[in-house]
Amino acid sequence: MKPTNIADPEYFHKVVDCQYACPAHTPVPEYIRLIAAERYTEAYMVNWESNVFPGVLGRTCDRPCEPACRRGRVEEEPVAICRLKRVAADNKDDITEFLPAAGKKNGKKIALVGAGPASLTVARDLAPLGYELDVFDENAKGGGFMRSQIPSFRLPEGVLDQEVEYITDNNNVATFYDSRVESLKELLTRGYNAVFIGSGAPKGRDLPDLPARNDGAANIHIGIDWLGSVAFEHISSIGKKVIVLGGGNTAMDCCRTARRIGGTDVKVIVRSPFADMKASPWEKDDAVSEDIPIIDNHVPLEFVMEDGKLVGMRFDRVRAEYDAKGRRKLISTQEEPAFYPCDEVLVAIGQENAFPWIERDIDIEFDKWELPKLDTVTFQSTNPEVFFGGDAAFGPENIITAVAQAHQAAISIDLFCRGEKLSKRPDPGVTLVTQKMGIHEWSYDSSVVSDVRYQVPHADKADALGDRKMEVELGFSTGTGFEEAQRCLNCDIQTVFVDALCIECDACVDICPTECISFVDNGKEADLRERLRMPAKNADQDIYVSDKLPTGRIMAKDEDVCLHCGLCAERCPTSAWDMQQFLYQVTQASQA
Amino acid sequence: MSYIRPEFRHPDSQTNVSGFTRKDYEGALSTLCAGCGHDSVSSGIIDACFELGVWPHRVAKISGIGCSSKTPTYFLGKSHGFNSVHGRMPSVATGANMANGDMAYIGISGDGDTASIGLGQFGHVARRNLNMTYIVENNGCYGLTKGQDSATTDVGSSSKKGDPNPFEAIDLCSMALQLGATMVARSFSGDKEQLVPLIKAAITHNGFAFIDVISPCVTFNNTPASSKGFEFVREHREATGKMDFVPVRSEITADYEPGFVKEITLHYGSVIHLYKDDKLDCTDRNSALRAIQEHDDKGQILTGLLYVDPDSRDFHKVQQTVKQPLRDLVEEDLCPGARALNAINASLR
Repeated sequence: MKPTNIADPEYFHKVVDCQYACPAHTPVPEYIRLIAAERYTEAYMVNWESNVFPGVLGRTCDRPCEPACRRGRVEEEPVAICRLKRVAADNKDDITEFLPAAGKKNGKKIALVGAGPASLTVARDLAPLGYELDVFDENAKGGGFMRSQIPSFRLPEGVLDQEVEYITDNNNVATFYDSRVESLKELLTRGYNAVFIGSGAPKGRDLPDLPARNDGAANIHIGIDWLGSVAFEHISSIGKKVIVLGGGNTAMDCCRTARRIGGTDVKVIVRSPFADMKASPWEKDDAVSEDIPIIDNHVPLEFVMEDGKLVGMRFDRVRAEYDAKGRRKLISTQEEPAFYPCDEVLVAIGQENAFPWIERDIDIEFDKWELPKLDTVTFQSTNPEVFFGGDAAFGPENIITAVAQAHQAAISIDLFCRGEKLSKRPDPGVTLVTQKMGIHEWSYDSSVVSDVRYQVPHADKADALGDRKMEVELGFSTGTGFEEAQRCLNCDIQTVFVDALCIECDACVDICPTECISFVDNGKEADLRERLRMPAKNADQDIYVSDKLPTGRIMAKDEDVCLHCGLCAERCPTSAWDMQQFLYQVTQASQA
Repeated sequence: MSYIRPEFRHPDSQTNVSGFTRKDYEGALSTLCAGCGHDSVSSGIIDACFELGVWPHRVAKISGIGCSSKTPTYFLGKSHGFNSVHGRMPSVATGANMANGDMAYIGISGDGDTASIGLGQFGHVARRNLNMTYIVENNGCYGLTKGQDSATTDVGSSSKKGDPNPFEAIDLCSMALQLGATMVARSFSGDKEQLVPLIKAAITHNGFAFIDVISPCVTFNNTPASSKGFEFVREHREATGKMDFVPVRSEITADYEPGFVKEITLHYGSVIHLYKDDKLDCTDRNSALRAIQEHDDKGQILTGLLYVDPDSRDFHKVQQTVKQPLRDLVEEDLCPGARALNAINASLR
């Protein structure tokens, strides 16, 4: 293998598994250390700069970081990264003085369609640069799906309001609520320098062909629309017996909301096996713990009417079979269809994009799935003035993906308005700084605690079910937050090896608790992985390889289960190993 | 010392034939200087014991005084240990071995502890062929008292801030050979591939197994002018044939490297495979002595297995002691009374 090029920021970035997995690449260990130091405001600002909605995400994020967490590879459970983010948000001081001021107007105006996470992120990134930003949304308040689809018992309105206002209070941002954009063609004639479309994926899937769908329409609702109506208080009750169709997070939100506004017998009925459901495991747990059975392997056959009233649904019982490629097929068990009585049905089987308000003669091309054709890096559509981001871009994802895409779209819009090449993307901001303070002294807490993951306390169930707006999760206390923060392995404190200093004394090999350092003869990667002290079986994780050492061997370190405990550097007599903090920041429009 | 070793080990860590993980053979965190060769020897002992599957509670670690003699704290934390008086490790080991010959005894000593203050004890334990592993962590200096020359410092070698040493060095391997040790080897802390099989063979060997491990003192004796620094040893080291230790139980299934040229079967059926046909005959004491001297004349340090007597008879055998550990003998066994005396007397009439 060739010596590892640690000057390439992506090498160490990949070692910080959580940050690498995060679509917005939030520097997770950096803010977790700040939480441990009780510097909540700073921890919040590290988040805010990167992911814009820490309070929201600390409650609702899909947490792609957690399955990636190194801790999950050395023990059972990853660090509760998401809930730590909430600790920062819950305990921060007033941050308004740290918010960027409106930049001196540069004469450029941008229209933003939709006031969801994508549009708001673009607005935040461009406001300090002097752009005037007009945000249009059909609803009475900003937040988009964060408001309409995420129930208040998961995300209190006050938290969302605050984080929306951090952006919309900027003098360069003007909001136009209750103003649905009905025609993009018309919008394009209003003299904006660019238009950003962050209108989400607003169309909930239906089951139009299921028998009696239309007859029972009064009691059959599309999940996301129904959630929105509850959020904006157009709907305040539901029948006692409720069937929720679908296995995603929206289905979980629907059933739990139904439990709070009158549903006493609420069931989730899903086509797939329980394990294949799209909902996050913790959301399934929360539903089940609120006495909501999840009935899997049931495919809807028909709505059943009696005397013109919906009385239930019939389902075909199926079993899942998987072919060699892992593709699933649901096979009918040929049993008698199962009947479940109900008063109302919530259909939460997915959502898709819909752009009835975008004319097809304004140079915006769409693909066969009716999604706009976009540059995957710049988010520019085939009409150079029009940019997309969030669910509107490539279909439904999640908040953090919308934020990440919007940061890139904001860069593109800025480059476009300045007449520069959009393909010229800014490099990430990178620092690499030694943490050595003296003998046995590091400026990070290098000791690795053995604690298992702490559980977030929940509100009393009876109380929570009686109040739709009462938040179920109570969040970590600052004390528990500290303990959980200490579980972080500080993966951003990198083991940096300088081969010219190494005397090959083996001290690092001997001390490494996870035996990830080897001094071996060089070879091809596959061969080398086998010959290490512990064979490196996780091919997703790199091998850090040095140049040739005096004995002709190389140092090879398997990054997979390195604990970043610093003992290699601690035991190195020549400081050939050093622990250096690596900070990787995705450059945003205002920093470029 | 303010640092803590994490509890976590590699998730793929295996258990050995006795059901232990490598962690079960670890000891406390070392307080020696960072990079000390002795820590590598400790790690080599951990590897060897783990791979052999010895039961930690059937091992006793005994040492004298010095940096080397501190190290038993840093390995086999679940075994017995006795940190004895300077140079007196052999006496304590002898007593322990006499009381209970069923245990594995690992003696750890240094060049000062063995070649100076303990030279007399070393000689006698070797000639008695006590069944033990005797490891000297040889750094050619008194590291614990700031690096003064020791009795194994080579002529002309100088430590940090030191003058070239004017005195002849004691070669412990040659001495051990002359005094009757039944297994003698030399190794280097920086080469575990060689060291670990040697330790395994030494623990298995039935008799006095001596390993002189050159173990650089990074703080006081790792200078370019020192003959016991990493650089010098690497440059001047000549190894006898590569050696594999094949434990008795794995002979049938284990896939050991083919092509060995010599096979030495040890007392309990374990086997040593030697891979290079050099001039040295490992079963011939004279050949070993000659080879050491010849390499020394050329300025080379000969490492590897130097001598082994597979038919070694250990101290218990020579002394014809009872099979039972002495500590298990009760008064009735030791003072069998008038009837036994009469029987003996009768047999002499």
